[in-house]
This record gives sequence, structure tokens and C-alpha cells, in this order.
Amino acid sequence: MSVELDVFVGNTTIMDEEVYQLWLDGYTVNDAVKVRMEGGVMDECEASKDVLLSDTMDQYRTFQMCERLLHSPAKLANQLLFQIPPHRQIMLIERYYAFDDTFVREVLGKKLSKGTKKDLDDISAKTSVTLKSCRRQFDNFKRVFKVVEELKGPLVENIRQHFLLSDKLARDYAAIVFFANNRFETGKRKLQYLSFQDFAFCAGQLISNWTVGAVDNMVEDMDVDLDKEFLQELKELKILITDKDLLDQHKSLVCTALRGKTKVFIEMEGSFKNLSRGLINIAAKLTNTKDVRDFFIDLVEKFIEPCRSDRWSAADMKLYLTHYTNSAHILDTFK
Amino acid sequence: MPGKLKAKIVAGRHLPVMDRASDLTDAFVEVKFGNTTFKTDVCPKSLNPQWNSEWFKFEVDDEDLQDEPLQITVLDHDTYSANDAIGKVYIDIDPLLYSEAASVISGWFPIYDTIHGIRGEINVIVKVELFNDLNRFRQSSCGVKFFCTTCIPQCYRATLVHGFVEELVVNEDPEYQWIDRIRTPRASNEARQRLISLMSGELQRKIGLKVLEMGGNAVVGYLQCFDLEGESGLVVRAIGTACTLDKLSSGSAPNTNTHMSPLAHGCRSTHNSPVHSVCSSQRLSQNFSVSVPTLIFTGMGSGGSAGKEAGPLRTLLRQQTQTALEQREFPFFTLTSFPPGFLLHVGGVVSARSVKLLDRIHNPDEPETRDAWWEEIRQEIKSHARALGCHAVVGYSESTSICEEVCILSASGTAAILNPRYMREGCLDIGCTDHRFEEPSPPNCGFCHIPYDELNMPFPAQLTYCYHCRRQKVPDVLFTTIDLPSEAAVAGKGCLIQARLCRLKKKAQGEANATAISNLLPFMEYELHTQLMNKLKLRSMNALFGLHIQISVGENMLLGLASATGVYLTALPAPGGIQIAGKTPGDLSSEHISSIQKRINDTIAVNKELYQINPPELAEEGVGSPIPEPRHRSRLFRSHSESSDELSELDLSHGKKDAFVLEIDDTDAVEDIHSLLIDAPPPTGFYSCNTENMPGISNWTSGVQMFTSVRVLRLSNANLTNQGLNKIFTDLCENLLKSFYFKLRSMIPCCLCHLNFTVAVPEEELIQVTVTAVAMTYDKEQTQEKTAEKPINKGQSLWSLEAEEQLQFPLELCADSSSSNIQTASKISGIINSASVDYGSFADRCSTWLELLRLKAHTIRRGSVKTSRRTQSLRSHIRAHTPPCISVTVVKMTPLSFLPGTRIIKYLGIINMFFIRETTSLREEGGVSGFLHSFIAEVFAMVRAHVAALGGNAVVSYSMKECVFMENPNKNQAQCLINVSGDAVICISETDQESSASTANTGQTGGSETDGAT
Repeated sequence: MSVELDVFVGNTTIMDEEVYQLWLDGYTVNDAVKVRMEGGVMDECEASKDVLLSDTMDQYRTFQMCERLLHSPAKLANQLLFQIPPHRQIMLIERYYAFDDTFVREVLGKKLSKGTKKDLDDISAKTSVTLKSCRRQFDNFKRVFKVVEELKGPLVENIRQHFLLSDKLARDYAAIVFFANNRFETGKRKLQYLSFQDFAFCAGQLISNWTVGAVDNMVEDMDVDLDKEFLQELKELKILITDKDLLDQHKSLVCTALRGKTKVFIEMEGSFKNLSRGLINIAAKLTNTKDVRDFFIDLVEKFIEPCRSDRWSAADMKLYLTHYTNSAHILDTFK
Repeated sequence: MPGKLKAKIVAGRHLPVMDRASDLTDAFVEVKFGNTTFKTDVCPKSLNPQWNSEWFKFEVDDEDLQDEPLQITVLDHDTYSANDAIGKVYIDIDPLLYSEAASVISGWFPIYDTIHGIRGEINVIVKVELFNDLNRFRQSSCGVKFFCTTCIPQCYRATLVHGFVEELVVNEDPEYQWIDRIRTPRASNEARQRLISLMSGELQRKIGLKVLEMGGNAVVGYLQCFDLEGESGLVVRAIGTACTLDKLSSGSAPNTNTHMSPLAHGCRSTHNSPVHSVCSSQRLSQNFSVSVPTLIFTGMGSGGSAGKEAGPLRTLLRQQTQTALEQREFPFFTLTSFPPGFLLHVGGVVSARSVKLLDRIHNPDEPETRDAWWEEIRQEIKSHARALGCHAVVGYSESTSICEEVCILSASGTAAILNPRYMREGCLDIGCTDHRFEEPSPPNCGFCHIPYDELNMPFPAQLTYCYHCRRQKVPDVLFTTIDLPSEAAVAGKGCLIQARLCRLKKKAQGEANATAISNLLPFMEYELHTQLMNKLKLRSMNALFGLHIQISVGENMLLGLASATGVYLTALPAPGGIQIAGKTPGDLSSEHISSIQKRINDTIAVNKELYQINPPELAEEGVGSPIPEPRHRSRLFRSHSESSDELSELDLSHGKKDAFVLEIDDTDAVEDIHSLLIDAPPPTGFYSCNTENMPGISNWTSGVQMFTSVRVLRLSNANLTNQGLNKIFTDLCENLLKSFYFKLRSMIPCCLCHLNFTVAVPEEELIQVTVTAVAMTYDKEQTQEKTAEKPINKGQSLWSLEAEEQLQFPLELCADSSSSNIQTASKISGIINSASVDYGSFADRCSTWLELLRLKAHTIRRGSVKTSRRTQSLRSHIRAHTPPCISVTVVKMTPLSFLPGTRIIKYLGIINMFFIRETTSLREEGGVSGFLHSFIAEVFAMVRAHVAALGGNAVVSYSMKECVFMENPNKNQAQCLINVSGDAVICISETDQESSASTANTGQTGGSETDGAT
């Protein structure tokens, strides 16, 4: 005796958020049932394992059928197959496009290609995110990337409109797309201490300050690429380190401003030339795609690590950079 | 008489990719009606084509308009090869043919393909211009309205109920024609879909003609069924109740006339008492007590002087009704709930079954054989009703079960006596009839009073005086197929009661097979009734409503499933308990028996608690032990009859109660008792019923979830016994219910209403159970109130009224009741419950069934059962007065005739759709479950889309008539046929009545622009 067929279809599609999460997390039906049993749903409504199994299967089927629609969330709102209340639709989409920070950290800056997809089982083993979930997340990145790549206008807004995501999630996807497009290297051991959110913050800054869209929203090109002209112009900064006078002038201006305001003043003063050289060199090289990729690793090696070895605090760093920039503006060359 | 049909193809969206190379589609549309076809231009390389076509105009006879659907085919243009079909949309234009319904069909329809399912959507606008006055046709019957709803539709008033209409049409099934061997499955499926659509159109038209002949303008309780007889053909048949309906002007509180308690009107018209003029049953008692001396003909009150007058008046009424009804061939009514005052008494359930051998239908134009078969069955039903002293059958329905060449035809209904007023022309208005024709019995118990002659009872029954009015006799138990009349006095809540049964039979062919089946039928009916009765007792209830017994035939077994809603009617005597007895004292260890007895007693006690059954008597008795001393005990002997004659003695003496005795004489009996106790009560927060109204709950909130569930079980063990099979079947049903409770747990407190189970044996070792039901949330805090009494229940006047009631009621009762203990009236559901401590002795009645089951199982192959219970149903809609929050963009569906918290302002027409889905890649579609899951979801989507296109926002009285599933996993194939029906409506929330008109308008005109259901 066996159940050959077992379905339950509601006029309003019934979805359990807990089961949805299990499905998204890549649990098999049996594992999901186990998790639910441990979670204590059985006590509600005097359910048995069979009931739980049947329910889980139903829901998994529903999600599988919905998945096609979730690939283009705008369709979810005007499809006729499932009657889903709007707030549930939002939940479905938001959760479907949510990702694990540990996973995204592994693929950040990598090319979203088949090659990377093949490595997903390694990433899955490393991050203990199930392979199924890894695939979903990876495909999401790729899908968003593909759609947004061709679009004009602000990146975050495009993502939000096409995928109906929340602002926060849209920003995160913008960061992912931005990193994937520019292929920033993030996997080096020295960068491991940085979380996805750290990078996402950087991406946000880069997008709003260094891209074409940042300068002029109306231009043809968009937020995904760094502004070539701007990068070219950065080369002119070299004068700050090549011209001895300017270097000294800059240093004295910065030091005057910093004096008495930080505990590590001595160290700052001592390492000024080195740090400035580091920064300017990174900036000047950014016209090379290769160097763009190494942007973060260079930044860490040439700037952050020396500062850290001198035990700068974050506040010190901020103070230093603020004055470093402001002082440069005062210099005659940049007036 | 011609009409002009106009269609416009606006746009498509989400089309499938038909050209792999470009990932795009070059779509165009063919619009076909009858033999005329139009085409749109090709919209190249787009998945969201905008055709914006001209208006395609078809000039056609209205006969065709009724029969034919508009057929829209979306194709992919291919320069070099044949164009590929993407899918089709069939639009039934019937709703456009009567003026009150929809004026335009406009919206997004799913494009459906029988192999691939839904493939994108298409936006279509359809209009009809009829040239002539609608009501002068010969062949067509445009203008007759159809309703699936089995009560008088909400915004109408029945001025006249004409009676039974039936029709059937037959044809060859395209699936079995020779041509099917050479055509594609798609072509075959489409031929079938189209044929059935045509046949239902024709059927509806023919029924409409009959209605016009009778002088009616509508069919209510329209029930259409398909019999897929395989080789021998395809039968589409329908029954319904012809009525003359008057539309109530919208805006003015529409349901006061039809839906308010009948007392209200009687009360107003008869007394004009200066004391009160508000209408409600609550008031009545007030009025009544004030004006006792003047009560002569009204007979409204529970007793008083009415009793004596009632006799002759009743006879008079009966005669009138009889003559009115005898003019009709079949005084049958497919309605299950009725306008107030319509139903006087109920005799009990009448049913007939007949086993037939199918043979090829030779001449489709003369479907005489099938007609004759049904005619035969109906005659039998009619004579059963006569035997019960009734002249009409209400809650009537017909069904079939087919396996290979054997077909079981079944019909059942409830024998009843109706108020002749509704049958006569000219005397139509419910509100202001002359009061002498008011029924002489109080509405909250009147329907329980026996219609048959006490001295000449059709079957042995235990009669007592009505516990309410003390005037008339009532039976101890009541079975009916109708809904609980809304004004009936009940104690506590109702619950779903099911009896399930499997019987193995030998495989056989032809006559032998048919004989074997018809021999088994009576025993199955008997056992099902025994189970029902036991389960009823176990829940401490005394009446069943909505009883539906389905017997399904397979190659090697018969399945029986009886579902009903149990309830405690306070007019009927309290049920005794169940007594367990060994056959002889030393037969089984007395410990064993007493342990079972204890379990049963505990269960009864638990159930009483669960369903809040606290009739006044119990309070009086204090302990309320479910098993009284077995002083006067009759025994139930399993499977053979032994009638006990001493039952006819009625004894109303105080304290005498009787128990229902189960005798344990073999292991089977032990099994049976165990199976009795298996039925788990629903978890806390859940109630369930299979009727329109949930007894004891009326304050619905807006949460509504309609669902369909299908489960198929494969029996792997070939050597199953009846017992083993029973257990499997019972578990299957119970597990389904458990699944529902679990899935819907977020809706607690909630009630599963209209639980409709359908069983089938699709293959030798498969059992299929299909369930459609609706889960509705209710407000736990106010369960004791009833909306019907809204005007009264508000404010403090309630309490003063109750106080008066309590003062006066006992006086009334003392006069004739031998009982010395009179309980003050308790108020449950706002209706007075008279009190009493008398326990009628409860008799073993199961034995009597066998006698009724003396069936002539000759070559006529017929099994028929007559069981007898009674009821009267007076319909009044129970509506929730909770703030509703229904969004218009959503299409709600419910098997009930109403949506809580809303008011139906317009019926847009009947939805009757038939779909076939087939796959040759079963595994890829997620196996059988995946396949069926998406098909059911697709069917829902198509229903919703059609309703939305009509401008509606809900489907009421929805039902899935047919769900035939066939699979061949080895070939990776499966096929499924689904037939659904319902009434498309516009409903608005009860609170904002003002916006009604605007909502309706925007719903219709804006339908094409909005995206329909989301």
C-alpha cells in the first residue's frame, strides 16, 4: 500500500515561510521534514510524520512551479496561475533573492561564468551552504547581472525595478554586479578579513563617485563601469609624489592639521611619504584593467597594512584621509 | 432569430518561445465561431504581441449562441512548415445572453494547451448584440438564468417555484472513434473538449426551453454531470429546479424578504402588536407571550392554542399542496435550502440505486434508454416519498459510477411536505401572505414533526412529543440530504460524520457482474447507515444534514462513503449512549467489554465537551452520564435483522433512557468498534461540516480558503480482506482530514465547510479520493450570537427579552407536559430552546433498515434504500457582521452560496468548464503529483480569469464535478479530465454598500485594462 498521488491546491496559494526557507536552503524533502519535526510543528494540530511529509511535498512542488516566475519577478504580479496576496509575493521575491554572505564572499569579483559555476561544489563544501542553494544564489547573481548589464540609468534603481527588491537588497546586488563586472580580486588571503558588507560599502562609494553615472545620470553608459576619463585624470595626481616640494608642502599641511588630534601622530608623520606614495601609485595605475582588479589587494598591502602595524585606529584613519584630501586641495597645483 | 457576436483580440503576453533560433514567437490568432473563422495579422518576433485587431463580427442564430463556445486559437506563424498551435481559449458566451448578467466579456485569458498546459495569456473583448426580444424563441432559450446555487440566489426573490427540470444528451465519445487512432492526442483532446462544450450548451438550451414552457425564468440548483461511458458513448445530463425569480432592487436591503426568519413576517402580519414591530424570531416569543389569547390561526407560537387548530388546517394545506404537486411528473427540488415557510415537514431520506449494463448508444438523437433508466429511478424515489407520507422530494441529486460496462445510477433526496403557497400562481409574496396559511408548527422545530401517520408508520420508529412545542410527534433521529434550516434550534456545534466502507467482489463480466454488484448494494447501504448511526451516537447528536452517500464501483471492489453533518436538534430527544454487550455473558472477558465500554463513554463525554452540546436537560440532570441504565434495551445484532416490537410503545415518563447496544459476537465486531473510535476529533480550533451552514457558528470573519485535494492510494497487497480494506480506506479519509487541519492551521479558529469527498476506483488496485472544501475563519468571541438576530442581539434589550422569555415559557409547557422538571429556556443561537427532561427510549433501528432493504435484485439489477428521517429547511442566510476586507482584484472561490462578510449584488452567469490535460513526459513534470498539481492550479486560474473577464470577483457554489485521472507510468504518460462549475458573481463587502454600483462598473469596464486576478 502506498500513496501514489497526493496533492493539495488552494485557490489562494498556501505557502509556509518556514518551508520556503528550507527549500531555498536546499534541504531535501526528507531533511526538511526532519527539521520541521525538530522545530515542533507536530505539536500543533496533532500532526503526524506522514502529514508533515505530505505537506512538505506539496509546498516544495508549489515552490518549484513558482520558481520560473521568480526568475522574472515582474511576472509574478500579473501571472494568473497562482493567486498570491501582494505581501506574500514580496516575501517570496525577497527571500528568493536573499543570499548568504559567506557564499557571496567566495564568488565576489569572480566572473559569473560556467567555469565559476563548476567550482560551486567546492564553495558549498567550504561554506557549508548546500550546493542547491549555492546554485540558486549564483544563478540569481548571473540573472541580475545579465539584465542590468544592458540597461541605462542608475544601477541600484534598475535592479530594484526589474527584480522588485528592497532597497537594501538592490544595493547589495549592485555591489555584486559591480564587483563581477570589474572583476575586483577579493579572494586573496590578505583580504579574507573583509566581509561582504565591507566590500558592498566600497562598491557603493565607487558607484556613486567613480562611475560615469555618478557624474551625469543622463549619459549613455551607466554605473557598472568606472569612468575612464576619471581614471585617466587620476594619473595627474602623480605630481604629489614626484614633485619633492609638493610632497613636503602636502606633508606639512597635513601634519599641522593633525597635530595634537591623534595618539599616533608621530607614526603618521613618519610614514606620510610612504603612505602617500602608496595611495598615489594605486590611483595612477587604475587605467590598467589588471590593476583595477588588484585595487583592493593593493590598497591593503600598500596602505592599510602599514597603518595597521602602526596601530592606527579607524578614527585616526578617517582623520588622516580627510586632512590628506583637504590639504591637497589647498596646494596651489590643485586650485 | 439572429444576433451579432463581436470579438476583438487586443494583445498577448508571456507567450512561450516557439522559435528556438530567435527565442521569440511570430504569433497570430484565429477566432472561430460555428463555421466562421477570422484571423489577426501576424505579430512578428514578440512574446508580448499587440494585435489590437478590428472587431470580428459573427452573425448567428441565437440557438448557436447558446450551444457554441467562441474558440480562440493562438498560433505561431511559420513560413515554410505548418503553423504551430500555441494553445486555445474557449469562451462560453452564455452569460452575455441575458440582460441582467454581464454586458461584456473582457480580460486576460490563459492560453491553454491540452499537452503543455497554460502558455501565456491573451486579452480579448467579446460583445453580443441580440436583435429581438429575448423571450419569443422556439429553439433557443436565451434569457433563462442558470444558477448552481442550491438556494434562492441572494439578490433574488422566488415568486414561484415550478419544480423539477431534467434533460440529457448523448453522443459518441471522440476518444473512442476510429479516427482517434490516427490523430494526435492533442487533436483528440480538443475534439472532446469542444464536443462537451457543445453538448453542455445544447443541454442548457433545452433545459431553458422547458423552463420557459413552465413559465419560469430561471433554473436554480442546476447540476450538470458527465458520464464517460467509454465505448458506449458520452452522456451529459442535468437536473435543476425551475423558478420564477424577481430581482430585488439593489441597494434596498435586499434580503429582508427572502432571507429573514419567517417568524418575522408572520409575526408582523398577524399581530401588529403594539408592543413590538421589529422582525426577528427573538421578538416572536415576546409577541407571542403578549398576545396569547388572540392567537388562533397564526399558530406561530410553540404550542398554545395553535395545536388544536393545526390539525384541520394542516390537512387542508396538504391537500392543496398535493394537488399542486400532483400535476407534476416529479415533484423534485434540487434545492437544499429554502425560502422561509417553504418547507413544512420532512419525512426522511429516500434513495434509489440501479445497476445497469451499458451498451452502445445507437442513435444519439434519441437517447431513450438513458432517459428510461432515470425515469425508472425517479419513479422509485417518488413512491418512496409517498410511503413516507410526503408529496415532494427536496435536496434531490443524481449521480453515477461507471466501471467498464457496469453503471450504478443513484438518486437521493429528502421526502418532504411543502407549503402550497409557492406552488400556486398569484399567491407569491412571502412577506404578506394571509396568515392562515402559515404553517401551524413553530419554525424552529416544525420541520422535525413527522409528516406520516403515526399509526401507519412506514417503518418502525421511536416517536416522542416534540421537545420544543410538545404538540407534535417527532422521531428520535433525523436524517436528511438538505441543509440545516437556519432557524432550527440546535445545541452546540455540528460536525462532519463519515461512514466508510469497502467491499471486495469477484471480478466478473456482464450480467454476472451486475448481479453481484446489486446483491452487494443493500448490505453496503445497511452497514453505512449503521456506522453513521453509531458515530452519531458517539458524538451525542441526533440528526444528520447534508447526507450524501456515494457508492463507487471498481473491478474488484465497491467503495461506499457516506458524509453528513451531525447536529443536536433540541426538538428531538437526547440520544442515548452506546452499550456494549457480549453475546453471552461468558463469551468474552467482561473486563475487555468494560474497557471498551469505558472508552466509548469517555469518547461520548469528550465529544459533548468538544461540540459544546449542553442541552438544557443535561444541566438539570447534573451528571449527564452518557450511558443510562440499560433498563429498556434493544439489541443490535450485526448483519441480521431482528425487529423489536415493543418499540411502538411510547413512554414519556421521566428518567427513562435507552442506550444503543452494540453486541460483540465475533472479532469483526471488535474491529468495528475499534474503527468507530478511530475517528479523531478535529484539533482544537477546528470544526468541520459538509453543509452550507455550520450549525452553531455564524459569525464568520473574512478569511476564506477554498481548496481541492486529491489522493490516490495503491493497494499493493493482493490478499486483502474486507476488514483490512476498510481500515485502509478509513485511514485514507482520516489522514486527508488531518492534512487539511495541519495545512490550514494558520486560520484557526476556523471551520472546514462543505467538505465534499468523492471516491473512485480508477484502476484495479487504486483508490482515489477527491475533496473540495472551503476553510473559513470565524470570530471565537461571539460564537453564541447569530447574525440573523442582529437587531435584537445588540444592546441591552436582549437581556430584558430573555428574562421575559424565561418567565413565560414554563407556563406554556406545564399545560401538557407530563414532565415535572421544566428547564428555563436556554438561548442558543438566539432561538428559544424549550426544556425538557424526558428521554424517549431509544430504539434499535438498524434492524429496520434491512427490512427496508428488501430489494429486488433480479435482472432489473436494482438496489434501493429508503430510510426515513425528517426535516424542514427554511433558508436564511447567515452572514457575518465582521468588518470584511476583500480586495476586488482577487477572485475568491467557495463551494458555498455566500462569501462571509459580503453581499452578492449581481450574478454574472454560470461557469461550467471542462478541461483535459495530457502529458507524455510525466517524469519531467514532477510525476503524477506534479502533473495533477499544476493541472488543478491551471483549472483554478482559468476559472478565475473567466470570472474576472465577466467583471466578477468571486465564484460561489463552486464544485469540481469530475476529476478523472488515468496514468501509465511505464509509458511516462498521464491524462486527467476535470469538470468544474459555479456561479460567477460580483460581491461587495457588507459595510460599504454605497460603493456597490461603482465597484461593479469599474469591475466590468476596467476588466480589460486591469490584469485580472493576481
